[in-house]
Amino acid sequence: MSSLNILGLNLELLLNEGWGEALLIGLYRSLTIAFGAFALGLVIGIFASVGKLYGNAIVKQLLELYTTIVRSVPELVLILIVYFVGADLVNAVAGLLGYSYVEINGAAAGVFVLGFVQGAYSTEVIRGAILSVPVGQIEAGRAFGMTGAAVLRRITLPAMLPAALPGLSNLWLIAMKDTALLAVLGFGELTQVTRQAAGSTKEYFTFFLAAGCLYLIASLISNVVSRRLEVWARRGLPQDIRA
Amino acid sequence: MSLSSDAVASPEALHVEGIRKSFGSHEVLKGIDLTALQGDVVAIIGGSGSGKSTFLRCLNFLEHPSAGTVRINGEDISLKPDGHGNLAPSSGAQIRRIRSRLAMVFQSFNLWTHMTLLENVIEAPVRVLGLERKEAVLQAEDLLNRVGLGHKIHEYPSFLSGGQQQRAAIARALAVNPYAMLFDEPTSALDPELVGEVLKVITALAEEGRTMVLVTHEMAFAREVASKVVFLHNGRIEEQGAPAELFGNPQSERLARFLGNFQ
Repeated sequence: MSSLNILGLNLELLLNEGWGEALLIGLYRSLTIAFGAFALGLVIGIFASVGKLYGNAIVKQLLELYTTIVRSVPELVLILIVYFVGADLVNAVAGLLGYSYVEINGAAAGVFVLGFVQGAYSTEVIRGAILSVPVGQIEAGRAFGMTGAAVLRRITLPAMLPAALPGLSNLWLIAMKDTALLAVLGFGELTQVTRQAAGSTKEYFTFFLAAGCLYLIASLISNVVSRRLEVWARRGLPQDIRA
Repeated sequence: MSLSSDAVASPEALHVEGIRKSFGSHEVLKGIDLTALQGDVVAIIGGSGSGKSTFLRCLNFLEHPSAGTVRINGEDISLKPDGHGNLAPSSGAQIRRIRSRLAMVFQSFNLWTHMTLLENVIEAPVRVLGLERKEAVLQAEDLLNRVGLGHKIHEYPSFLSGGQQQRAAIARALAVNPYAMLFDEPTSALDPELVGEVLKVITALAEEGRTMVLVTHEMAFAREVASKVVFLHNGRIEEQGAPAELFGNPQSERLARFLGNFQ
């Protein structure tokens, strides 16, 4: 038994044998993918919510189909579908163009798949938030001769932020945790690295507890950031006495 | 671009003919003609549901009229059917250019809540008219001073009283050096004790020769400030004329009865 064995946790393995560093690299990869997926989801969400609110009938129907399907099918199934079907499609196209077999980059696939899923949820969050913007503020923008794009960028989007941020912070937390699903693709994010570490040392308790703590710390820091963002976004609104 | 020198100033700031508007089968406006010369202050009065606000909103096409023509500062707004039985501006660029100099003041102020008063006032000059930010800020400070809000320029609208918000909204409208100002019941959402401070600002604008079209329920104010009063009833102009005539000697029974409500 090592000297650094506290409460059944083998800290020696984490601190001195390089496994801790491996977990941190896994965490870094998880956060990178989560950030990419969240950003992609946000971009999809902005365009899709605008399309759902102001688009023509066909656009609305297509977007409705997207948000309904993506929100109905489990993320894990979507990840497997998009990853394997996507890989087949990419290789079919590559074959037609005369290229040899293309290896799908796990990180890029992760960002794409999770971003596609996040997009469906942020579409609904942003759509609801846009609907909460008093219509008079949008009308004032039009009355002063702003283009539709200028009204959106200068008025609608900043004005909807206070209503959207709680939902978006939630989505960010979900994005961080959903990266764990990429473990099934063998991608070396935090959960996958933890499984490897635990398997090869047989110290399951130590490693899964350590991974859980890392996810928790990342969430707590995110909460601090999102609370500050909310205060900033609500700067023009009277204090909510319930807050 | 300079806001102070207008290349052409038509003697008619605003000229509309045959404005009609239906919501479904209900015809709210039944053919309205109106001309405002430079410096005119036109007060539109009438009972609720008479179509006053709808008419005003047809002037800058926030509402699409079913029929009619609108000429602003000598320029006809080109129109096309909008597919819903109404007329929409056929050139987005034209209507935006005209709107940018046809400032509107709303009943519920409609200041942008995520911007300070200063940011509200410089928004259209900088983003729409392309004024230098520095110049726009100087102008905005001056305008906010004039409406008595010089000490509040960095405050957000939601923290101010209704009267202060409406005065800021007037400063925002003045900042585009408008051809004409459209006021949609500017004091109807205010507590009674705050009405006076807003009317005082509007009166000062009338005295300096601003062209204005006002929808209002403030009869004493309309009588004092307007150069012309238009009484709308059931979507038609029932009576119009100089305020002294219209208020002193109403010709139609409807107007007499309407004015009776305010005695």
